[in-house]
Amino acid sequence: MQLVALISVLFVGGLVAWLAEGSNRDWPKWISLITILLSAVLMIPLFSLEPTSVPLGAATSQWLLVYEVPWIPRFGISFLLGLDGLTLLMVALTLFLGLVALASSWNEIDHQPGFFQFNLMWTLAGVTGVFVALDLFLFFFFWEVMLIPMYFLIAIWGHENKAYASMKFFLFTQISGLFMLLSILVLVFVAADLTGNFTFNYFDLVGLNLDPDIAWWLMLGFFVAFVVKLPGFPFHTWLPDAHTQAPTAASVLLAGILLKTGAYGLIRFTVPLFPEAAMEIAHVAMLLGAIGVVYGAVLAFAQDDFKRLVAYSSVSHMGFVLIGIFAWRELTLQGSVMQMVAHGLSTAALFMIAGALQHRLHTRDVSKMGGLWKDMPRMGAIAMFFIVASLGMPGLGNFVGEFLILMGTFQVDVPITVFASLGLIVAAVYSLVAMQRVFQGAPTADRNLQDFDSREVATMVLMMLGLVYLGVHPQPVFDMVEPTLTSLYQLTGPVHEWVGAAR
Amino acid sequence: MSEQQLVAILPHILLSALILIQMMVIAFARNLMTTVVISVIALILTGLAFMPAHSLIPIAVTPLIVLDGYAIFYSGLILMSATAVTLMAYDYFKDRGERQDEFFMLLLLATLGALILVCSSHFASLILGLELLGVSLYTMISYPQKGLLTLEAALKYLILSGVSSTFILFGTALIYAISGSLGFAELATIGSAENGTSELFLAAGSALIFGGIMFKLSLAPFHMWTPDVYEGAPAPVTAFVATVSKGAIFAITLRLFTSSGLIETSSILTGLSIVAILSMLAGNLLALRQDNVKRILAYSSIAHLGYLMVAFITAGMIGGKALAVESSSYFLFAYFITTLGAFGVVTIVSLRDHEKDAGDISYYEGLFWHRPLLAMMFTLTLLSLAGIPLTVGFIGKFYIFTAGVTTTLWLLLLAVIAGSGIGLFYYLRIIFAMTKRTDAGASEIEIPLAGGWAVAAISAAMLLFGIYPAPIINLINNLVSSIA
Repeated sequence: MQLVALISVLFVGGLVAWLAEGSNRDWPKWISLITILLSAVLMIPLFSLEPTSVPLGAATSQWLLVYEVPWIPRFGISFLLGLDGLTLLMVALTLFLGLVALASSWNEIDHQPGFFQFNLMWTLAGVTGVFVALDLFLFFFFWEVMLIPMYFLIAIWGHENKAYASMKFFLFTQISGLFMLLSILVLVFVAADLTGNFTFNYFDLVGLNLDPDIAWWLMLGFFVAFVVKLPGFPFHTWLPDAHTQAPTAASVLLAGILLKTGAYGLIRFTVPLFPEAAMEIAHVAMLLGAIGVVYGAVLAFAQDDFKRLVAYSSVSHMGFVLIGIFAWRELTLQGSVMQMVAHGLSTAALFMIAGALQHRLHTRDVSKMGGLWKDMPRMGAIAMFFIVASLGMPGLGNFVGEFLILMGTFQVDVPITVFASLGLIVAAVYSLVAMQRVFQGAPTADRNLQDFDSREVATMVLMMLGLVYLGVHPQPVFDMVEPTLTSLYQLTGPVHEWVGAAR
Repeated sequence: MSEQQLVAILPHILLSALILIQMMVIAFARNLMTTVVISVIALILTGLAFMPAHSLIPIAVTPLIVLDGYAIFYSGLILMSATAVTLMAYDYFKDRGERQDEFFMLLLLATLGALILVCSSHFASLILGLELLGVSLYTMISYPQKGLLTLEAALKYLILSGVSSTFILFGTALIYAISGSLGFAELATIGSAENGTSELFLAAGSALIFGGIMFKLSLAPFHMWTPDVYEGAPAPVTAFVATVSKGAIFAITLRLFTSSGLIETSSILTGLSIVAILSMLAGNLLALRQDNVKRILAYSSIAHLGYLMVAFITAGMIGGKALAVESSSYFLFAYFITTLGAFGVVTIVSLRDHEKDAGDISYYEGLFWHRPLLAMMFTLTLLSLAGIPLTVGFIGKFYIFTAGVTTTLWLLLLAVIAGSGIGLFYYLRIIFAMTKRTDAGASEIEIPLAGGWAVAAISAAMLLFGIYPAPIINLINNLVSSIA
């Protein structure tokens, strides 16, 4: 019930914010703030819940909350929500970055603020729904619902080439989503043949004895949808366009949480539903991840557009997540989750900085910047922090994630580990070069720029604290997701044999 | 004829009587408001008249007509759409000069034709219903008599519809020649006879009949008339052509082919699959380059009928009949309310310009900022056409997928995915146009009372049955399963 309340608050808050625009143009953003804070308050008791065991295939899984009501009985579809450690972490990240997105757009939106906040809140609601839905139909439902408001955010408040970017974003995710829908349906029908029960329930569909050929095709449907979202090479091309054209708040949400739904889907659905088939594709997936790491980093180096640079660095960092998931070791999975959270924070901050630069300079072109530290020392220092975080400086969250992934993958596949590590070197090069071109050197023009104000500094400091905390004391995060991952290992058999057997 | 049989066709008798009364009223006291009120009352009463028949179903009334749950479900859909079209047409015609009353009589006549069509069990009643519907439509399309586009549309529809009717008649003749019977059920008995000549006649006959029906349903490659008629006809009439006319013809086609067993011939299924794939691809691809919303909707309806054919083909597969009837009924329900919503909005936007309808996409630019509610409703209908969740169109598409997956029609399902992907492009283009920041375009739109409420109710239904489809699914399962 708490989960229903959590999602409904966001949906309703969005509607109220839209309606409130008629009375006062400033109200919508305040209503959004109250909405997010309210759902955060609703979340607090969830952290102290005691887990209960639910059988999941051959394993037992630990759930903090499971809520189910029938929805479309004709097809065995129910409104099934579940919360475990992984979900809780992701929902917390969603709400926190929702707050960041709101802060980053606080004074930026003049056009139709009510509808803007409506879309912001509905994106958050859709993403939260994706993280908590355990009925495959419901999951697909939320998966699509989060697209539409994001499309509007890019299409209405985006920059010069928004029509192209928003369309590309929608088409990529929607078409890959349809393949997932097809997979879901076939899975349900095959399961109905096996068990005689028509159901979309996650717990009933895990651990079935599927025909290997069918399982492989079904797995591919899920895999494509999630890898497009992640985005993994070669399905990443929508991301640089969408990020570059999106308004700051949308970039923050896209990079911070929408990409994570892809990784989450791989961990929650693709591997547990089709362990053997996922094993067969594991090496290809890891290779795609490694290519993504290096390719994204090299392309980031070549960009003059600051937002595009950050976007390609996202492709690079999410490549690590893909490697980590398909290496399927305790270390690499923990690392992937850590990387998801840390990347969410650091990239959101970098997009906020990019947005702030564009707001002040009216350009994203790095070659027209330079020497900005002199005008905006606070922004410069903060940018320096997030740049080194993003390139993987020890002591910050991103380092923990990437280090664990590489360390775990080393036991599985040495060449891929070595290749992916190259990405770290390129990351250092492009990050530091970007820092130099934007903030250091002689000022190219005499500018009178306003530095970060207290609202922006406060948001940034929160994210900095988060990254430092994750970097020096990551254990709480590991403890939180540990039960989830343990139950998944049980499903897929002994960890060490899993990928080893595929070779 | 027994008393029960009279009760069963009470709706048709009642509607015929009310049409006569309306004609008298128009002749002696011409007043648009009165005419429309009579129309609405007639439609509601006809709907209520199905109540007493409900306990009798299924019941055959003469060899011509059978009233069963299937007929009642589709009659309900037709009456609902006719009511919505009446309300839209009132707004559309009320400021366009005098002598608009007869239009509403024609609308009732066409509705009567559609009602007869969905409950016919015999070729004679099929042709009767088809022609009553068709002849009324020719006049309705050309009713405003303004502009070449309208005339072109009416003429095209007249000629092509006439030609397709002759196809159907000839096919009927061939089947009659071999079977000696015009009832659907009797055909089933000779279908199984092992005889080369009879098989040939049956195949040729059903191919001809289906060819004619493809014209009326605007399936590729017989879809050419659709965009011109959609563009030229007044927006409410387009809504009527797209929903009542196509829906009723599809309903009777499904009944004819399932109850006579004609669909189980494999040669027909291959042909149907090609038609379905062609329609999905042609409809969606041709819509890409259009700048006219009415033409886009026309091509989108070609594609939607293609999706619907997937469910139709399912009926010919082993064990697919029940699911085919169920999924096509839900899909049609979704298609009806979505299409009505779309043309409702087009009607409202068309009100300020009496010379031509709001076809060009520029009419819709900035609609989001000037008429947010209307734009939101249009967005909802477009998303529903695209099959995005939260809307009824998603459940409809889900049903198509379900039907295809159960009977393993993989090639057709890939075409559905490809078609839906391409389709998104032009739906999003309209939505994007509505979000443009502009002062021109949509600023002077007045939202009329009757049409406004109709569109609002349709949008609410679209959202409600998209999120909570269980009531409609139950209704369909209770009623429609009768023919499977």
